[in-house]
Amino acid sequence: MSTAAVTDKRHSTLRAASLPRWTPWVIAAGSLVLGIGISMAAGLDSQVQWGLIAAVLFVLGTFGVAARVEGRRQAKDRVATSLVWVAFLLAVVPLVSLIWVTVVRGVKVLDVYFLTHSMGVVADTEPGGGIYHAIIGSLEQVGLATLIGAPIGVLTAIYLVEYGRGRLAKAVTFFVDVMTGIPSIVAGLFILSLMLIFEMQPFGFAGSLALAILMMPVVVRSTEEMLKLVPNELREASLALGVPKWRTILKVVLPTSVGGITTGIMLAVARIAGETAPVLLLVFGNPFINNNPFEGAQASLPLYIYQQFANSAGSGAAFDRAWAASLTLIAFVMILNLVARGIARWKAPKTGR
Amino acid sequence: MDISTTTDVPPPASQPTIAERKRAARGATRPGDRIFLGLSRGSGILLLVIMAAIAVFLTYRAVLAISKDHANFLTTFEWNTNVLEPKFGIAVLVFGTIVSSVIAMVIAVPVAVAIALFITHYAPRRMSGPVAYVIDLLAAVPSIVYGLWGALVLVPHMNGLFGWLNDFFGWTGVFSWDEGAPRSMLTVGILLAIMILPIITNVSREVFRQVPQMHEEAALALGATRWEVVRMSVLPFGRSGVISASMLGLGRALGETMAVATVLSPSFDIQASLLNPGGGTFAQNIASKFSEANEFGRDALIASGLVLFVITLLVNGAARLIIARRAEYSGANA
Repeated sequence: MSTAAVTDKRHSTLRAASLPRWTPWVIAAGSLVLGIGISMAAGLDSQVQWGLIAAVLFVLGTFGVAARVEGRRQAKDRVATSLVWVAFLLAVVPLVSLIWVTVVRGVKVLDVYFLTHSMGVVADTEPGGGIYHAIIGSLEQVGLATLIGAPIGVLTAIYLVEYGRGRLAKAVTFFVDVMTGIPSIVAGLFILSLMLIFEMQPFGFAGSLALAILMMPVVVRSTEEMLKLVPNELREASLALGVPKWRTILKVVLPTSVGGITTGIMLAVARIAGETAPVLLLVFGNPFINNNPFEGAQASLPLYIYQQFANSAGSGAAFDRAWAASLTLIAFVMILNLVARGIARWKAPKTGR
Repeated sequence: MDISTTTDVPPPASQPTIAERKRAARGATRPGDRIFLGLSRGSGILLLVIMAAIAVFLTYRAVLAISKDHANFLTTFEWNTNVLEPKFGIAVLVFGTIVSSVIAMVIAVPVAVAIALFITHYAPRRMSGPVAYVIDLLAAVPSIVYGLWGALVLVPHMNGLFGWLNDFFGWTGVFSWDEGAPRSMLTVGILLAIMILPIITNVSREVFRQVPQMHEEAALALGATRWEVVRMSVLPFGRSGVISASMLGLGRALGETMAVATVLSPSFDIQASLLNPGGGTFAQNIASKFSEANEFGRDALIASGLVLFVITLLVNGAARLIIARRAEYSGANA
């Protein structure tokens, strides 16, 4: 922080920040109090509105004070700073609220019984039942999707980074980018059109195929980024020793970037584990345990949440089960994320910034 | 790089023939190399084949459905497939999908760019790591959970905002409100904004992080304030990245299914007001109508899915072209 004072304050716009460092905090506290006061006086009952009013007051107050004391340029700077802080707080509010609500509502019925029993003969309005069948379905579908999607994704990325020249590579890069934008429901409809042509009934593996389609481009992109981070000197050193290119890739390039690639795959898994739409179209849902992903309708966690919610009309046993299943799903996805990022940090290749 | 075309290198002692040089540049000669190249190129081609197959099969089923449609597929305000003379059209869905996505973009892009700046340039150093992590967590939450949260928490909280908008801007017609449950396009747009915030933030953040430090230091040395540094060196450098990030977010918003299906109370008409419930989006319509659809109804839904597919294809393709025309931006090396 520069505190160099410019001597002639009246004629120069080059003025350093001269407000004391605690100013933003004081303005923030003041606008918070004022915001709550105004809201109470106006009889607003939503705390979100209180916060929004306080945020607006904070930005305006900052501009007013800074423009008065430090001049327009500093005032603009301070407004930008306060806007950025407000934006950050705005983003945190929904996340905190979402996790809070999910945990509070989810723990009501989440216990060992819930995790180890299926819905079997339990009607939607009755309490009891669980998500064992949905967990089995989710694990099998996502596992199969990963078995298909991850190798194809990694190999494509290797092609693009290590071999890719010319028109084919350009086309693949372009369509991978486009493919990342395919809505999950369209991937589901694609497999559905195949199933309609071959007159098949819903089964777990069909869902896996749609999920694999969604997973491939994500894996390609993240793996590509990781392979590009591997310094060329490593490849050149290996090639100079007479090692064939494919062994260079397998023994030098991939081990160097294995942490990042694993992270990318795990994040892709976390993403497809929460996909509901393709599963809704292709796997259909099933209150009973079905261990065979290749025959018969299966359940899956996200689909279970949707169906319980849709059948609950906003309260009752099914609604509680939807929240408990949400908590399970979020916990699963978050753990996957945590582990993935742990691996990324642990195995990160050393780069500059 | 093709060695045979570089002519300005000093000639080595014994000059290899052009054929030899070409072979050296090409590399892959051993069987292992050929197998590996074949495998990896095959995967790349497989991806292209899948894309083509999606287009072909969706079109095939869509044509089956549209040929039996007793109304104009593009302009009909109706979705009735389980009758003898089926009538269905996508006018409502096109409108709803675009409106909800535009609302989401208008809200999410500025906030996301601000958060990305917060992480890279404004937050105290100790804070920026955890903040980035929190944003990643937002991205990890499955969309169905957002939908549940939206229906339970967001919808009731919208009452106040809707009342306020109706009081002050109701005269515009766009913000008039009949005091119904706030399960409308605006609520959907806000929920979508929350959902696409993380992806826009993450991509923008990566770009802002790659701004050459020299640019920023040069601006600082000229006496720029922090905002001026951001405006003069960070934002111009990151513009193409922000555009690509926004397009990615737009793609997500266009195709989001479950969150819209749980929050919106749909109807097959176009509401002039954003606050009154009604309308629908492509993805939401497919999810809601699927369970009651017979085989023909499914084909009709596939037809609407094809339109969604084409729209997202165009959006993503356009984003790529914009980025390609601007400076050579690559996420990996700066």
